[in-house]
This record gives sequence, C-alpha cells and structure tokens, in this order.
Amino acid sequence: MVGVITAIIFIPLLGTLAVCTWPQRNCRVIALIFNAISAACAVGLWRKFDATATGMQFVERHAWIPAINAEYLVGVDGLSLLLVLLTSLIVPFAFLARPVPADSRGFYATMLVMQSALYGTFTAQNFVLWFLFYEMSLIPAFLLIKIWGGENRDRAATKFFLYTFLGSVAMLLSFLGIYFAKGTFDFSALASLGKTGVLTGKVAWLAFAGIFIGLAVKVPLFPFHTWLPDAYQTAPTGVSMVLTGLLSKMGVYGFVRLLLPLFPNEIKIIGPWLLVLALCSIVFAPLAAWAQRDLKRMVAYLSINHLGYCMLALFAVTTSPTVAAKIDVHAALSGVFMQIFNHGITAATLFYFVGLLEQRRGARGIGDFGGLMQRTPLLCGWTSVAMFSSLGLPGLNGFIGEFLIFKGSFAIAASFTAIAVIGLLVTAIVFTRAMQLLFSGPLAESCSAFPDLLRGEKLVVVPVTLLMFAIGIAPQFMFNIFNTTVVQMARLFS
Amino acid sequence: MTPTLQAFVVVSAALFSIGLVAALSRRHAIFILIGIELMLAAANLNFIAFWRFAPQPHQPTGVMFAIFSIAISAAEAAVGLAMVIAVYRHYHTTNVDQLDQLKG
Amino acid sequence: MSAWILDHLWLIPAVPFAASLIILSLPNAWRRSAAALAVTGQVAALGLSVIAFLPTVQTHGFRTAQNFTWFTFGDNGLRLGFVLDPLAAAMLLMISLVGLCIFVFSIGYMADDKNFVRFFAYLLFFSGAMLGVVIANSLLLLFISWELVGLASYLLIGFWIERPSAAAAAKKAFVTTRIGDMGFFLGMLWLYNRSGTLLFYDGGKGCLESAGLAMLGASATFIALLIFFGAVGKSGQFPLHVWLPDAMEGPTPVSALIHAATMVAAGVFLVARVYPLFSLGAINGVTSSLTVVVWIGVTTALMAALIAIAQADIKRILAYSTVSQLGLMMVSLGVGGVAAGIMHLLAHGFFKALLFLGSGSVIHGCHSEQDIRKMGGLRRFMPVTFLTYAIGMMALSGVPFFFSGGWTKEEILHATAHWPKSPVPYYLMLAGVVLTALYMTRQIIYVFFGNPRAAAKHAHESPRVMTTPLIALALGAILLSVVLTPAWPWLHEYLTGEAVHFEIGRLIQPALFVSLVLVGAGIGVGLWMYRKAGVQDGNRPAQIDPLEYAQPALFRFLENKMWIDELYARTVIAFSWMAARLSDWLDRYFWDGLVRGFGGIGQAFAMFTSGVDERGINAGVDETTVGARGLGRLLSAAHSGQIQIYLGVVAIGMLALLLLYAWLA
Repeated sequence: MVGVITAIIFIPLLGTLAVCTWPQRNCRVIALIFNAISAACAVGLWRKFDATATGMQFVERHAWIPAINAEYLVGVDGLSLLLVLLTSLIVPFAFLARPVPADSRGFYATMLVMQSALYGTFTAQNFVLWFLFYEMSLIPAFLLIKIWGGENRDRAATKFFLYTFLGSVAMLLSFLGIYFAKGTFDFSALASLGKTGVLTGKVAWLAFAGIFIGLAVKVPLFPFHTWLPDAYQTAPTGVSMVLTGLLSKMGVYGFVRLLLPLFPNEIKIIGPWLLVLALCSIVFAPLAAWAQRDLKRMVAYLSINHLGYCMLALFAVTTSPTVAAKIDVHAALSGVFMQIFNHGITAATLFYFVGLLEQRRGARGIGDFGGLMQRTPLLCGWTSVAMFSSLGLPGLNGFIGEFLIFKGSFAIAASFTAIAVIGLLVTAIVFTRAMQLLFSGPLAESCSAFPDLLRGEKLVVVPVTLLMFAIGIAPQFMFNIFNTTVVQMARLFS
Repeated sequence: MTPTLQAFVVVSAALFSIGLVAALSRRHAIFILIGIELMLAAANLNFIAFWRFAPQPHQPTGVMFAIFSIAISAAEAAVGLAMVIAVYRHYHTTNVDQLDQLKG
Repeated sequence: MSAWILDHLWLIPAVPFAASLIILSLPNAWRRSAAALAVTGQVAALGLSVIAFLPTVQTHGFRTAQNFTWFTFGDNGLRLGFVLDPLAAAMLLMISLVGLCIFVFSIGYMADDKNFVRFFAYLLFFSGAMLGVVIANSLLLLFISWELVGLASYLLIGFWIERPSAAAAAKKAFVTTRIGDMGFFLGMLWLYNRSGTLLFYDGGKGCLESAGLAMLGASATFIALLIFFGAVGKSGQFPLHVWLPDAMEGPTPVSALIHAATMVAAGVFLVARVYPLFSLGAINGVTSSLTVVVWIGVTTALMAALIAIAQADIKRILAYSTVSQLGLMMVSLGVGGVAAGIMHLLAHGFFKALLFLGSGSVIHGCHSEQDIRKMGGLRRFMPVTFLTYAIGMMALSGVPFFFSGGWTKEEILHATAHWPKSPVPYYLMLAGVVLTALYMTRQIIYVFFGNPRAAAKHAHESPRVMTTPLIALALGAILLSVVLTPAWPWLHEYLTGEAVHFEIGRLIQPALFVSLVLVGAGIGVGLWMYRKAGVQDGNRPAQIDPLEYAQPALFRFLENKMWIDELYARTVIAFSWMAARLSDWLDRYFWDGLVRGFGGIGQAFAMFTSGVDERGINAGVDETTVGARGLGRLLSAAHSGQIQIYLGVVAIGMLALLLLYAWLA
C-alpha cells in the first residue's frame, strides 16, 4: 500500500489533464471516472487502515528541500482518513450538482485541482507541504467563484481571496517564526514541542495570533466569517458544496492538528474569550439565517453555526481549568470529528437541493416558492430529511455529533454550553420556517410546472440520505475510523 | 651631401599626407586602400629613419618594427581587398558614399 | 413466551416503524393495503404489548432491563436499553389499544383524503416512536424517541399541508416543544455528567438507582427541573401550552391519538419515569422541584379549564380540556401521587380519545363544521355518537362509580388534600372539577340538545367503521373503572408494586361526597346556565353565548385565550425576530463594515503609495531616461556610416593633437 496516498493526491491532477484534453461533451464523465479511481484508492486505504494502531499509517517520506527541513511527508491517522473519505464523497457529489455551469470543462478541471489540494492538505504531515496544498486549494476556489459565480461574483471572489489569503500570510509568518526558533516543520515534532511550550513570551503570542487568524478565517469563526455568506451565495452550487463540505473542514483540521497542540498555554489563558467567539458563531449565525431571503445564504449561515459547535468543543477541551475527565475529552473530540463528517454531507446535500430548486424555478428566494409538497412530494420529502438532519433530529446523522459535542463541552464549560442550545433552537426555527414557506400552503403559480425528482437526481440523493440514516442509527462504523486517534489526542490535552 | 633625419621626416610626412588625402578624397574603395598603404609606407619610413639615426643603430629594433608593419600591411591589404570584393558582390558597388549601413 | 419477549423488547417499537417504512414506499393508490398493513402493524404491537404485560402481572414489582452498547467513542461505550416494568407495560397497553381504535376510526374518517397512504405511514411512525418512549431504559433513548414523536406530531399537524394555518400550527408545535426539549437536553447532559450513565436501571449502577442518585447531590433539583421543562413543552403546560390548541389543525384522529391520548401524556410519563430524581432528598414528600411541578400543574389546570368555557370550536374545547387534565396529572405527580397520576393518564387516554373521536364523528356528520354554536340537537341524528360522547363527558367530568375518570380524579384530589406544603392547590383543584363539569355540560348542550341549527340540518350518523371504535373506547372508559376503584385498587397496587386485597369499605369516604357534590354542582350550573343556549332568551340573541351576555369582558378575555398568544407574539417572538434582523444587519453592515473599513484603510494606503510612486520616484526616473535618449539621438546623428568622414575626423583630431603638441612644446 505504499504510495497509495500519493496516488490519491495526484490522480485528480491527472484527471485535470485528461479533462483539459478531452472534448467538452464528455468531460463530466471523465472527471467522475478520475474521482472514482481516487475514491477507490481512498476506500482501499480505509480497508487496510489499522483502526487500533496509534500514530500515522501509510507514511511516505522523501527529502524535498533539505535546506529548510521540508520533506514530502504524507500519512493518515483516523482524522485524516475521515477527511479523505469525506473528500472522496463530496467532490463527485458536487460534480453532479445543478444547475450545471457553462463551459463545464474548465469548471471540472479546476475542481479536480482543488480536490487534489484537499487530499494533500488532509494527508500532509509537514508544514511546508501542508501549506503548499492549503494554498493550492485557495486559487481554484477563487477562480471557481470568479468565473462561474452568480451575481456580484467579482466582489465575492475578491473578498474570499483576500480574506483567506491574509489569514494564510499571517499563518505562514507565524510558522516561519516557529521554524527559526525550533528548526522543524514536522507536525508530530511540533506537537511534542507543544507539550513543553514551543515558544515563550511575546513571540508565542504573535505566532499564536497569526495561526489563529489564518485558521479562524478558514473555518470561519465569528467575527472572521463575513466572507462566507457572500462566497457561498455567489458560488455555483457544486462549489458551494465543496466550500462548505471540505474547505471549511481544512480550518477545523488545522485547529485540531496545529493550533491546539502547539499553543496549549496560550489557549488556556484566553480560552474563555475563544469560547465567547464560538458561542457568537453558534447564536448569531442561525439568527442571521432566520432573516435571510436567499436560500443559499440561509444554508451558508447555518454552516457557520454548525462549525461553531466544533469550535465550542475544541476550545472547551483545551481551556478546561482543571484536567477534564477523560470521557468528556473523548466525547468532545469524537463529537467534533463526527460533526465534521456529518456537516460535510448534510450541508452539501442541502446546497444540492437548493440547486435543484434553483434550476427548476430560476430563482432561489425563500418567497419564490410555495406549496411544493403538492407538486413535488419526493423532492420535498428528501429535502426535509436533509433539513432535519441539519437541525439535529435523532435518528439522523447530525444528532450523534451534536450530542457528543454537547456532552463533552457541558462537563467542562457548562454555562457556555447551556447558552449554545439556543443555536439548536434557532436552527429548528429556521428550518421549520423554510419548510413552511417552501412546501406548504397553496401551490404557487410559478411552481406549478416543476418536475418531481428525476431519476438521475434520485440516484444522487438516495445514497447520501441512506448514509445519513446509517450514521444516525448505527454510527459505530464511523467511530471505528477515529477512536484510536481520539484516545491518542486526548492524551495530548491532559 | 649626406641625407639628414629631417629630410627623411619631411619625405615621410609628405608621403603620409598624400596617403591621407587619397584615403579621404577618393570614393573608390581600392584607392582608399592604396591611400592607407601609402600612410603605412610613410610610417615604415619613419621607423627606419629614426632607427638609422638613433644612438645605438646596431640593435635592429627599427627594422623589426618595419618588418612587422610590412607583414601586417600585407595581410591588411589582402583582407581589405577581399572585403572590397565581398562588398562589391553584395552591393554591386565599391563607392563608399553608398556604403552607409553602419549609420547610427 | 414471556421469556422471549423480555429478550426482544425492541420489537415493540420496531414493528410499527418497519410497517411505517413499507407503507411510505407504497404508491398512493394502494389505500386498502396501506390501511390493512397499518392495522396489522398496530395489532402486532398490541399483541407484543399484551405478551409483555403478562409477566409484569405475575410478579409484583417486576422490572427487567435489557441494555446494549450503541456505539463506542474513544474507549467509552454509550449504552442504551429497554426496560419493562408495570409503568411501561401499562402505558404500552394503553397506547397500542387506543392507537388501534384510532387507526380503525381513521379508515373511515380519512376515506376521502388523497394522501390516505401517507397518513397511515405517519400514524404508524408515531406509534413506534411513542412505544419507544415508553420502554426506553435510557434517558438518551427516551429523548431520541421523544424527538421522533415530536417529528410525527409535526408531520401530522401539518398533514393538510395546503392549508397555511395547518403549516403554521405544525411549525408552532415543533418549535414550542423544542424549547422545552432544549431544557430536557440540558438536563440530560447534566445528569450524564454527574452520574456517568444515562441508563435508568443497570443492575444497581443506573442513574435512577441508589448509587447513581447518590452522585447527584444538590444538582438533582436543577436536573429534575430541566427535564420537567421538556415535559412542560410536550404536555402543553403553562407557559408552553400555546401550541396544543393550535395543533387541532391536524386531522381529528391525530388530535385524538397524539394530542389527547398519548404524546401529550408523554410529559407526565417522563416525570413519572424519572420520579426518583424529583423526589431525591424529599422531606415529608416535598422537594423544591416537585413544588414547581405542583404549581405549574395547578396554574395550567385552572387556566385551561377557564379558557375552555369560552371556546366555540368543538376540538378546541377538548384541547383545552386536555391541557387542563394534564395539569391535573402533573399536580398529582407533584404531590406524590405517582400512581394516581398515571392511572388518570391511562383513564384519560381512553376517554379523551373517545371524546376526540366522537367530535370527529360529529364533524364528519356535520360536513366539516367545527363551531358548536352552529350545531344542536344532534342526539336525534347521531345516537351512537351521542351515547358514547356522553359516556366520555361523564368520565371527563369525573362522575364517580361507573366512569374511570371519576375514580382517578378522586385519587388525585385525595393525594392533593394531603400535600403538607399548602392547601391552596387542593381548593384550586376543586374549582377545576366544577369548571370541567361546567364546560363539558355546555358543550354537550350546544352540540346534542336544543334545536338543530345551520350545520346540523343535514347531519347523519357516521359509518360502522367509525362508530365501532367509539363503542370500544366507551366500554374501555367504563370497564377501566373496575380496576380503578378504591375497593379493588388493583391498578394502583400493580403500579406501586404492593399486595392487592379487596375491601368494599374503601368505596365510602368523605372525599367521594365532596367530589360528587362538586361534579353535581358543575353539571347543575351548566344545565341552568346553558338551558337556553343557542335560542333567544329575553333580550339575548340566539347566537350570543349566555356567559358572554352576562359577562362580556370576562368572556372576551377567556375567548381570546387570556391573550397569551398575543403576549408571546409581542414579546418573545417579536424579540427573537428583532434579534434575527439585528444579527443580519450587524453582519451586513457592522462586521462586514469593519472588514470593509480595514480594506478601505489598505486601499487608501495603496493609493497614497502609488501616488508617491507615480508622481515622485517614477517621474524622476522618467525624466532621466528622456534626457538620456535625447542625448543618444544627438550623438547617433554623427554616425553617418560614411567611413571617410570618420577618417577625416580622425585626421582632424590628429592634426589638432599635433597643433596642441606644437603649441605646448
């Protein structure tokens, strides 16, 4: 199995070449074939993955730039594997989204580059390599919004790019500082330095601030989130799916992998303020979602809310004044990992459905529809499943992660967690309002010719929804992926 | 009467001036070459003359210079003539007024 | 058989769930198969419930739990489980039996609906979830089922989705109950945190067993109150009762099953289930959490009973009556009468389902008219409905001896009278008894007596498929009184796990006479007040309610539900909506404005530096290059390409040098 990670990373790039040279007509098929190959490799990785072993697996290490200790070092643990699987799932899903963008060849080629970058980000174990992939995902995202976006795309794309790029620059500077102090870019070496305190004094705070801002923009964490509604709203459906499903996960992944292990002392000191920020994400985002008229913007705000739960749990774990009980740390981390995956598929599915509605209606304002249940019961039914999954209804995937996050956080930061349930409540309001406005009442004139779910759409929707049910009812197979990693990371925090 | 150094220098200067005037006034490239040869001859005459009237005439320094100079002028004449032929083949003229390709 | 069911308790909720999924995938036209499958599924659930019931009867204080690990996170297992004890078994029986009657009734009631198939799928889904609530041995599993019950309720209230009012009511129900559920959720987290387990019974290690309770300490009060908040939402207690009357927008069988007999009782069941949390550290049977339960219950019971007097919609009257009765049950639990509360819950399940189905039959007969002022004299057109409805009304009003509700109400009053903390709840409950009899009498008079008014002109009795469940439920309401009498308090002792013995003397007790007098007074006042309801009486026009004529301000106050909905709309809802708008505004203008401000600063700096560059540095460089180029152009003119000129210049230069030399020498 040596080389399989490299294969996973570079197959989408080959796909880019193939798509570029192929005629316009079949490019989606070609792109999907390359997706399928890399997904097959990812599944193979999953099959061969030793769930009980600690540490990185399938490690590939080659010298790259010896002068600065940059190595080509890739490997997976439970968390990385989870995200690699998520990437394999979301990108093809995004390719099938509607409305299909014009000049799709360039679109698919760019998306494949982004996929490659995502795989790289989730598997790289050396900062330089990681940062390379991290930035490599940014440029395709910018182009995808800029070229294939909707109204106001220039503004949104520029905002997205500048925001994330400034964050990246801050992060890069911080890492250079750390490198000059400690001479290593290796994640595992950095993490072990973190236990003793990588840096001290003002330098540590500066480095912390740089990395924090870089990652907080990516997640995004309140108040660094204002690029997100514009970007998600403007981007074509498939890109919104990837942005919310995967790019935001890069931020959370960075928090878990870099910031929390590196700066335990700094986080402990300003922890309560970080918790306040997470809480703001949780409470204000769904409130803002409530006031939105554009469905995509609404879903975008709810994404901020769902990632806020992840941040809440992570900050709670690292800021606990006393050593938190092992079970709570385990619950919080498992919850975060579950939430990452669940939010990925659920939010992507919601965007997919918004895309279907937009394609049928030519608009996506919440008031542009009405009484759809009478005309398109299947579409409404499956959309409702995704919505209920997103609002955390038990029996669907969303609940598991949220329950564990709240369980872990409540034990450590009870008052913050107690306020955070407002987020759960407001999310329910947002979705029931959306369902009321879209599905119920008399059938709107403009919606009277809608087709119900077509066969191709059913083929996309049903497997994803079944996955939601599977995770919601019998989630053990998901936990098997990352349980060992959770135990290992929990040791880091206690 | 024995010839003096001054006489040689005067002859040489005359010869040089004739060569210079030929090189400046004639329009034909061959004549310019001839003019240049004349100036070289004037120089050789000077070498010999100053050697002959020098304090130690037994050292053959002046002759050496003259022989070198003659050899160079022979080579120069050969190259110069070849270039003139090449220029003629290319431009079908040897009138230097028309050969102004090096204009800045 | 009984050993088998103890290992397969999960089948009880699983069978309806499975049947529901199958029905959901049936095409819309397969109405008969859907109905058959639904009834079969419910019969199967009933059969399993009966099988599960048997072992609990044979042993006193029977309790068995069957736990399993749901998933492992980190190296900790999260365990769920099912429990079978008298409480669960009695609830199982009631739910599946009442459910079955309602399923059969729905076949007739929903016969013309185009989404008939979907309706039964939802009903079965609800049934499975409700059974899950009852036999859950883990607060988490209970919560999961609880939420699924809420989902079913949401789907069924909004079943006639083309009606905007139905969709609004569904949303209101979902959100309002979810407010309570958030409290429940927090309570659950807190409990899990303190006791380390969410299993109720786990061989001595469960959170309701002594070892688990010992770990709670003072937090038990808060945990109990948070969980109670969930019950307040689900059981329509003040201040979260507003959704329940609106939920009557759903089809009547739904109102009967979910919003009268079973789901709304889940809150009461929840309190009974985690009662050890409430009673932990009780002094003389009183704890602060239980006191809260009592006062909430009393407030709800009285308020809802008052509002019911002034309602005109037949289903809304029953809805407020349900709210009121649930308050009564809460009071009973709060004062320590757990068995009495649960008995009332079971009895209420039967007679309230009966009343709702009766009202459904009336509505069906009156061609979808729900306003009681437009009915009248229906006893002649709908005799079966009238008789069964009257039985239900007697049971609800609490007429003693022959009707189940009488005995259980008796028990509750008895328990309340002995509450050591305060006598006030007892007197308020007595007032509630009078009011209950009063509003039911009013309803009966308006609907079944007097002259037929507009909607009753062409009324007809409902088909057999609808009247049979009515008769069955009516029999249930009467026969249940056999096991509820104080003379043979079998059910009481089955629930509490004490020995049963028969004693006729206990039938006669002072409280009974008090109750008899009060119920009599309520019915009497009702008869006197409403004897001429619906017809002209002196100066009062026919369409004006007698109470409205006598006390217009009071009537208006009650008719508008004490303006609680309006109050919420102006305060909580308006505030939340403002917060939402504010968040949106802050995001668009403040936070984004800050970002744009920073961007603007960057842009201004960029413009400044570019100005310096353009006008300062760059201009100087430009000038220099322009000068250099001019000079070059000048010099290049000398390069004419004429060799002879070059040579001439050289010659002149030489001459000049010579002259210079000569001049210097």
